[in-house]
Amino acid sequence: MSVQPGPRAGGGHSIRTYHEVADPEAEGVVAQIRDQARRLTDRLSRVGAVVAVASGKGGVGKSAVTANLAAVLASRGRAVGAADIDLHGPTLACMLGASRAPLFVGEDGVQPARGTMDVRVMSMDLLLASADATVRWRGPEEGAFAWQGTLEAGTVREFLADTVWGDLDLLLLDLPPGTDRLARILEILPGLDALLLVTTPSEAARAAVARSARLAREAAIRLTGLVANMTAWRCPECGRETPLYETDGAERLAGDTGLVQWADIPFDPRLAVATDGGRPFAIVEPDAPASRAFRDLADRLEAEIGAPA
Amino acid sequence: MEYAERQLPGDGTMAVVYGCPTCAREIALLTNPMETRLVSGLGIQVGGRSVPDQPMELVRSALATGGGDAFADPASEPAVPTAGSVIWSEDARLRLQSVPSFVRGMVKKIYGEYAAEHGIHEITPEIMDRARVDLGLEGM
Repeated sequence: MSVQPGPRAGGGHSIRTYHEVADPEAEGVVAQIRDQARRLTDRLSRVGAVVAVASGKGGVGKSAVTANLAAVLASRGRAVGAADIDLHGPTLACMLGASRAPLFVGEDGVQPARGTMDVRVMSMDLLLASADATVRWRGPEEGAFAWQGTLEAGTVREFLADTVWGDLDLLLLDLPPGTDRLARILEILPGLDALLLVTTPSEAARAAVARSARLAREAAIRLTGLVANMTAWRCPECGRETPLYETDGAERLAGDTGLVQWADIPFDPRLAVATDGGRPFAIVEPDAPASRAFRDLADRLEAEIGAPA
Repeated sequence: MEYAERQLPGDGTMAVVYGCPTCAREIALLTNPMETRLVSGLGIQVGGRSVPDQPMELVRSALATGGGDAFADPASEPAVPTAGSVIWSEDARLRLQSVPSFVRGMVKKIYGEYAAEHGIHEITPEIMDRARVDLGLEGM
């Protein structure tokens, strides 16, 4: 900022601050930032509820939970959007059968891709040059660690504010691994309606998700539910249940944090095959135990946030 | 101090000039390439915008590994000239192609309106230069 030398009682310089310049709005920076915030608020004003799906640890099945939950909700006639916030590991568009779909730009914004059950999808997968392209940004290599974070936060903001979501009952956000990612999304969306924390029974997952649970508690998120994923294997023939882990980290996490478990999703090898192939398992195999668990999760979520009429 | 102008030398640096309304003294805020990128990463333009921001302008301009055809924008190509409409010379069309695709449609519209307002039938690079000065357009 500029330094303004001037007289002051007793001598010395008087430094004027940004807000004392002749016309701080002349640069338009403040107006542009306000405009960014207004665009985001306006866009999300047509969304009934924004629900983040997070964990704190990778590999627990956040994206599969998000995709299947979105598909189940959409199958009930809900207008559902799914935003893939995992910029460097985007999988949501693929899981919802919209991978590499073209995007169209209109005056009001970017039309989202349409996936299974007409779920509206926005993902970095839709912007990259190829299926295996990495995310690289234009800019100086020096100091890249400083500006890339800002750029990626701006990208997330654009995904949410510049996508023509339309009138939605729910917008699900699939967050990348890491407690810091949850913190970043809370800075962009302080009024998050609900948070689903996905974990597996493993102790490593429990420990990582516990940090996210604490962050959620400190941020006073209105609704936080625990989703235990890959808890056990149920024999499709006799129904016998075999736990995949010796200890139940999810149960312990619920006890330690006071979180309520909203779903217990058993492991099913068919789930990954179907979902990774763009066919949400809960839709293609509706009678499977895991699919029933996704429907239970949808029931619980709608009950907590208030299902639309 | 009042904002005076912004300069982009093309080497990744930026200079923002402020002037004192009383004594006309000018001070420049200089940013190196990293700092310039940091500011642009906020999705804002110091000095204000000469062209309205476009949807997902930040990610579309910054993503080095993006697919060029990810976005289908019908307004990105110059229209075929018709009788009674403003004509673009070949050189002007080539110059327009150097404008980033996500703002090309808007820029084309701005030049077209400028030409119509000034009774200009054919847009040439010289007309584009004149319009840039008159309208305060940068890099277009």
